[in-house]
Amino acid sequence: MVETQVSRRATNSGPGRLLIAVYLLFAIAATSRAGLQIATRFDEAPVAYLLSALAALIYIVAAVGLARAGHAGRRVALACCSVELVGVVGVGVLSLVDADLFPDETVWSQFGSGYGYVPLVLPVLGLFWLWRTRPTAP
Amino acid sequence: MTSAAAAGSPVDGILATATIVLSLVLAVWALVAAVRDRPPDRVQFAGLAVLELGLLALAVAALVALGGGERPGEPGAFFGYLVTLVCLPPLAWVLARMEPTRWGSAIICAICLVTPIVVVRLQQTWAVLGG
Repeated sequence: MVETQVSRRATNSGPGRLLIAVYLLFAIAATSRAGLQIATRFDEAPVAYLLSALAALIYIVAAVGLARAGHAGRRVALACCSVELVGVVGVGVLSLVDADLFPDETVWSQFGSGYGYVPLVLPVLGLFWLWRTRPTAP
Repeated sequence: MTSAAAAGSPVDGILATATIVLSLVLAVWALVAAVRDRPPDRVQFAGLAVLELGLLALAVAALVALGGGERPGEPGAFFGYLVTLVCLPPLAWVLARMEPTRWGSAIICAICLVTPIVVVRLQQTWAVLGG
C-alpha cells in the first residue's frame, strides 16, 4: 500500500468510515425487517416485502463496496448508491401517488420518512463521498 | 394506550430509561468530541462498555420474563430488536477503534443516537398486544 497517496483517496477511512457505519445500520434494519416480513406474512404484500429485501441487499453491497475501497469497490458503491437514490425517490413518489401499490411500509416508502429520511440522504452522501475521493488522472 | 401492558413489561422501567439516557448523553459527548476534532476518548469507550452492560441486563430481564411464561406482542420483531440492540455498542466500539480520528467519535455519536430508538421499538413490540 502506498500510504500517502492512497489513504487520502480511500473511501473507507475518515468520513467514509462513518458512512459505512450508517450503511451497516441500515443493512441490519432492512435485512431484519425484510426477513421477518417475508417469513411471517409474505402473502399480504409480496411486492413491498421483496422491495424491502432488495433494499437490504443494496445496503449490504454498498457497505462492502465502500469498505473494500479500490476501483472495483468504488464501481460497486457507485452502482448501489445510484440504484438507491432512484429507488428511494421512485418508491417515494409511487407511494404518494398510489398508496395501494405498497400496502405495507418499506424502508423507502414516503421517501424513507419512517427512518427519519435518512434513506433519502444516504445515497446522496454516498455519491458525494465517491466524488470527493475520486481518483485523479494518473 | 399501552399503559396496562407496559406496567408488566420487562423492558420498560428504570433500567430501560437509564440505557436511553446514558446513550443520549454519550451521543452528545461524542458529538462534542467530533466537533472539537478529537478522536474517541476513554470516556466514550467506558460509556460504551457501561451501555452494553445495561443492555445485556435488559436482555436478561426479558429472558427471565419469558422463562416466567410472559410473551412479547410481536415475538419475531422483539427478538430481532433484542439481538440488534446488544450488538450496537460492540459495533460502535470496533469501528471507533479502527478510526482514531474525529470520525471515530462521529461513529459513536451516530450509533448512540440509534440505540434509544431500538430500545423504544423493543418496548413497543413487547407491548403491542396490550395496546
